[in-house]
Amino acid sequence: MNETKTGMKSRPLSPHLSIYKPIPTMVASIIHRITGIGLYLGMFLFAWWLFAAATNQAYFEWVNGLFGSWIGRILLLGFSWALIHHMIGGIKHLVQDTGRAMEKNFTTKLAKAHIALSVILTVLLWMAAYAVR
Amino acid sequence: MTMRTPLSKVRGLGSAKDGTEHFWHQRLTAVANIPLVLIGLYLVVSLVGAPYDEVYQTLSSPLTAIFLFLFSLSVLAHMKLGMQVVIEDYVHGELNKVLLVMLNTFFVLFTGALILFAIFKLAFGA
Repeated sequence: MNETKTGMKSRPLSPHLSIYKPIPTMVASIIHRITGIGLYLGMFLFAWWLFAAATNQAYFEWVNGLFGSWIGRILLLGFSWALIHHMIGGIKHLVQDTGRAMEKNFTTKLAKAHIALSVILTVLLWMAAYAVR
Repeated sequence: MTMRTPLSKVRGLGSAKDGTEHFWHQRLTAVANIPLVLIGLYLVVSLVGAPYDEVYQTLSSPLTAIFLFLFSLSVLAHMKLGMQVVIEDYVHGELNKVLLVMLNTFFVLFTGALILFAIFKLAFGA
């Protein structure tokens, strides 16, 4: 890219991630991206589960057993939280696409509420899932 | 003075030749994903710990098959666009970037093939 010539003073760079103190909007934003990447991989797990259901009972029960194991449950807990967090973030983005909800103090509150709400809804979802069986 | 022709202005496509299509499809699938994912969550939660016969019955019903078809198309399109942006943002080497964007397409198509095969097999029996 911009190679510095020998003897030339290196040009000033704009401050980067490591310089800034993490603020709520920044945290919510990067979590949105990370959860998106997680869901991308999680969709493959969903495909696998569906494929197993279409294959036969023995294979489905084996795959279902993996998802039902404690490590599988932790993975699914993370997956469901990621889904909820990403969806709230997505709705926020859609609203902000129209130019609304952009004031800086409000966006900070919104980011905090976003993270808190994602955790609360995940807990409620799992309570519902456990209540089913 | 501008060197742009009136036609290029009207088309409004930049050097990438696809204008705002990526942005628009990202939003279109995002909106579609809201009801689809909510129904999907309901479906999965209702099948937690269910015996195989019940899972098979539910997944092979016409309405579920149609739902799963729409859900998969919208989610797969959305995640392909999203991952492409992540790659374009963080991978700077031209060759690596192009290879990863290709890999992204292949991964999404493979996952989609797996899902569509499963949906059709469940729905039409075999």
